[in-house]
Formats: sequence, C-alpha cells, structure tokens
Amino acid sequence: MTISHSLAAEGLTLGYGDRVVVESLDLTVPAGEITVIVGANACGKSTLLRSLSRLLKPREGRVVLDGREVHRMPAKELARTLGLLPQSPVAPEGITVLDLVGRGRHPHQGIFSRWNDGDDAAVADALEATQTTDLADRSVDELSGGQRQRVWIAMALAQQTDLLLLDEPTTFLDASHQIEVLDLLTDLNRTRGTTIVMVLHDLNLAARYADHLIALAGGRLHASGTPAEVLTEDSVRAVFGLDSRIIEDPVSGRPLMLPIGRHNVRPRSAPSPNHM
Amino acid sequence: MSVSSATRPYRVQAVARGRRRRASRRRLVILTLVALVVAGFAVTLMAGQTFYPPRDVVRVILGEQVPGASFTVGRLRLPRAVLAVAAGFGFGLAGVTFQTMLRNPLASPDVIGISSAASTAAAIAIVSLSLSRTQVSVLAIVSALAVALLIYSLAFRDGVVGTRLILIGIGIAAILESVTSYVLSQAAEWDLQEALRWLTGSLNGTSWEQVLPVLVALVVLTPVLLSQARDLSAMRLGDDTASALGVRVERTRITVIVAAVGLIAFATSAAGPIAFVAFLSGPIAARLVGADGSPLVPAGLVGALLVLVADFTGQFAFDTRYPVGVVTGVLGAPYLVYLIVRTHRAGGSL
Repeated sequence: MTISHSLAAEGLTLGYGDRVVVESLDLTVPAGEITVIVGANACGKSTLLRSLSRLLKPREGRVVLDGREVHRMPAKELARTLGLLPQSPVAPEGITVLDLVGRGRHPHQGIFSRWNDGDDAAVADALEATQTTDLADRSVDELSGGQRQRVWIAMALAQQTDLLLLDEPTTFLDASHQIEVLDLLTDLNRTRGTTIVMVLHDLNLAARYADHLIALAGGRLHASGTPAEVLTEDSVRAVFGLDSRIIEDPVSGRPLMLPIGRHNVRPRSAPSPNHM
Repeated sequence: MSVSSATRPYRVQAVARGRRRRASRRRLVILTLVALVVAGFAVTLMAGQTFYPPRDVVRVILGEQVPGASFTVGRLRLPRAVLAVAAGFGFGLAGVTFQTMLRNPLASPDVIGISSAASTAAAIAIVSLSLSRTQVSVLAIVSALAVALLIYSLAFRDGVVGTRLILIGIGIAAILESVTSYVLSQAAEWDLQEALRWLTGSLNGTSWEQVLPVLVALVVLTPVLLSQARDLSAMRLGDDTASALGVRVERTRITVIVAAVGLIAFATSAAGPIAFVAFLSGPIAARLVGADGSPLVPAGLVGALLVLVADFTGQFAFDTRYPVGVVTGVLGAPYLVYLIVRTHRAGGSL
C-alpha cells in the first residue's frame, strides 16, 4: 500500500500578520519513519505542521512533497497522500462514529461519485485498526477522551494517506490513553509503513516513540536526528531553558530527561542513599 | 492490527448497512416533507373564504376559465402559495448553509443582518424611490452582498471566527432595522400592509411579477449550493480538518455566501424578511435527518412548509388577519431565547 514519499521544507519562513514564527527552516522528513517535533511553547511547532500540510502558506520558501510544491498541488490530490489531524478538531453535535470516520473518504469522492464498496472497506478497516468497530453506532459526544481520539485517528486512517501528520494527538489524555494512542500510531507505522510526523509536548514520550526527533527553538531548527543524538542536557537547556539530567530509560534504553527545578532536588554530588 | 479474514467481510457489510440505514432515513424524511409541502400547497389553494373543490383548482391551474375560482385561485391564492413555497425554500436553504458553514445555529442570515440589508434596501427602493420590481430586486441583492461583505471583513482576523461574525452581524441588523422603521415612518403614503411586509414579512397581495424573480433565483442558485453540500459537511469538522480532507475552505465559503445571500435577497425583495424562517428551518431539519446526513434539501422543505402553514394560520386561524412574519416570529423568538439559554448553561459562549 505504501509508496515512500519525500516530504521536505526548504528555506521555510512562516508567520501570522506581522509576526514571524518560523524563520528559514530546512528539514527533511524521513520516509517510513516516525518523526516527532518538540520545542518550547510558541516555538512554531504547530505552525510548522500546519504549513507542511498546506494549511498555512509560507512567507518564503516552500514545502516539497515528491518534488512538487504542496501549496500548488490540487487540494484533493494532496489529501489522498497526506493527512492531518489538527489539535482540536470539531465533532458536529450528535454525529455518529461511523459517519465521522466516513468523512475521511472525502478526498476520494467527487461531487457526483457515489459512495462505493471501497469506501466501506476503508472505513471498516480504519475502525478495526483503531479498535473502534464496537463504537461505530455511538454518538461521538458520549465517548471518553481516549475513545474520541481513536475515532479521530480512524477518520484520518480512512483517508488512506501514506503520510500522516498529527498535532499533539495525546493532549488531554491520561497516561494510559497517551500510550495507547502512541502505540496505535507505531503499529500503523510498522505494519503499513505509514510515515508519521507529530508534534508532542512530552519530551520523554517523544524520545520513547520517535525514530527521528526534531527540536525547534525560537522558530529555528535546533537539532535533528535520533533521540539519543537530539535529547541531551545541552539541547534541553538551549530549547527549553531548563537544567536537566539525561539518563538511560531503563525500560526502553532510550534517553530519559529528568528536569532540575529549584525544589526537591538533591545536590548532585551527594552519595546515593542505600536504604531505599 | 492484523484482522482475521473470516471477520473482515462481515465488518465491511456492517459498515455498509449502517450507511444505507442512514441514507434511507434521509430519503424518508425528504419524501415525507415533499408530501407535506404538496398537501399544504393544495389545501392553501382550495380552502379560504370560499372553498373550491380539487377539480376546480386543477382546471384553473390548467388554464381553464372557472367562474369565481379563476380569480380567487388563479390570481390570488396560486401566486401567494407559490411565493410561500419558493421564498420558504430559499430562506430555509440559505439559512442552513450559513449555520452549517459557521457551525452555529445563531449564524443564520436573518439573525446576522443579511435579511435586514435586503429588506432595508427594498423598503427604501419601493417606499421612498418608487422603483420597479426588477430594480428593487437588484438593489436588494447588491445591498445584501455589500452588507455580507462588510460583516465578513469586519469579522476577519487571521480567518473568520464564527462568534465575532455573529455579534457584528447582530449589531448591523439592529442598525438596518431602525433604518427600515425610519424609512417607513417617513413614507408619504403610509400603507400599513406595505410597512408590515418590510418589517416582518408578508405574502399579502402577492402578484405573479413578484414571484417570478424568486423562482428564477431558486432554479439558478439551488444547484450551486447543493454542489457544495459535501464540502460543507466536511467544514463542520472545523476549517483545518476540512482543508486536510482536501476542501478549499475559502473558495467554498465565498461560493456559499454569494449563492445564499442571493437566495435571501430575492426572497426578501418579494416577501419581506419573513421572520426566523431561515433561522428555524436548519435546526428542525437537522433534528429530522440526524447529524449525519446533509440537511440542505430537508431545511429548504421545512422552510417552505413553515411559510405555507404560518401564512395559512395567520390568514384564517384568528379574528384578525396576521401577516406570515408575525406568526413565524412568534414561533422563532422563543427558540432563539432557548438556544442562548442552552449555550450558556453548557458553559459555551454563543
């Protein structure tokens, strides 16, 4: 199903009104991998994601998908290759899960073309993959936060794009639902080869799930590479202005960031207590 | 993730079944509404001060001369009933497209000042300037579009936010309505019937030359709006999600605004701003078809039915004859209050 696509930003400058949010940024999204974008609040993460998916026109530079500029591609054609789940999508009051997921088929339909068996199969498949089949006839309003997020991901899956962009898909979810959503996205990446680009707030979850980590600071690319390359004490200080210690995550073997604030911090030289 | 091949075909069939069930519910709603509109239309033609049997009514429609009926049905009741259906359909369809596009039931053209613009322009054109029918329609459309543009540009800041647009629209509606009142009070020949038409909407004294422009507008603009139905239903998920699904949001919005404002302006320049029909039809239609199907055609039919029934009620249910807009106003105002109370209870803002 998946063809590998190249998505890259070249000299991208983005802004709203007079304000420049992202400045001359170059980056390449590795095909078939999970890329996570991290950075401080208002550093331009979401703005970058919006521009990668054509929602925001660049001031300068361009976003290139398979050698073509995305802002010049026909909207529906782009939407068949690249999907986006915005940070706070709106569910119309009373809409059922089945219908919401069905909206994902929009780019595959013309004004006059009827819904066909392929559309049904794509919806059934998306429900199955997100384990929301049993919720199909429920109203989206009555679902829990975790269920709702799975349903939105199902809608994006029904779009059947090889690239999927997600803006903070784990916000407002508790720990177990965060892991559930990130596991689901990893499943998609591993079994279908879907290229995933997401913005995450939580650095440690980013390090845990990213194949490729991008750190933004003040609208510029600070570092990119594997989590081990990017998540260092120096980069946390540069990007977040935060002192920290990076240790090896005993569960995953990836880097784990321990923030150092002003309180409840043991002096660094103190011997570790034995009685714990 | 991996799905056993035994269960999959069943799942696909379940999805297809669910979709067909919804589609057939929508068809049933549309057919029922069409039947009710036709029935209401027929009753309006037959009943009144004098009752004419269906046979006479059909003969009049076919162009035969029937003593009494030819005048009462052919010249009085028929144009009035046709205008009721046409204007009602136009108001309902235009209203629901605005409400869907801005994701807010308060964003109906009769709440946010677009109907007021058309009726103020028409009142000035007819009462003060004594312009012809065509000139009145043109002026109403130009004014409604200009006001729509004004509201849109005042509300525009990094994209349009529904709430800001609604509040600005309500303010502009208030200004325009006071202008209408002033124009009517200054009119040389104070005609109460005419005044009521521009204040609340009325079908009294409808003639064919009033009906024709509305019919033409319906035939031209309805297909334009229906062609945007799918994009509109994607826009209910938010502008970003709709864009991600391949909808050209701005283009769809402009197309919808121009077509819907056109419908409103033509209908208003013939029947006045029949109160709350645009505002009520969409939510009623949405309740009938459910949240899943497109409410566009059902809302048009609900609008037609509302105007037919309200006009008939206003004419014959009370000792005094009330214009249609008074009856729909009595229905619509409590619903407006209910909507505002409900959103505030839910903790939302507008």
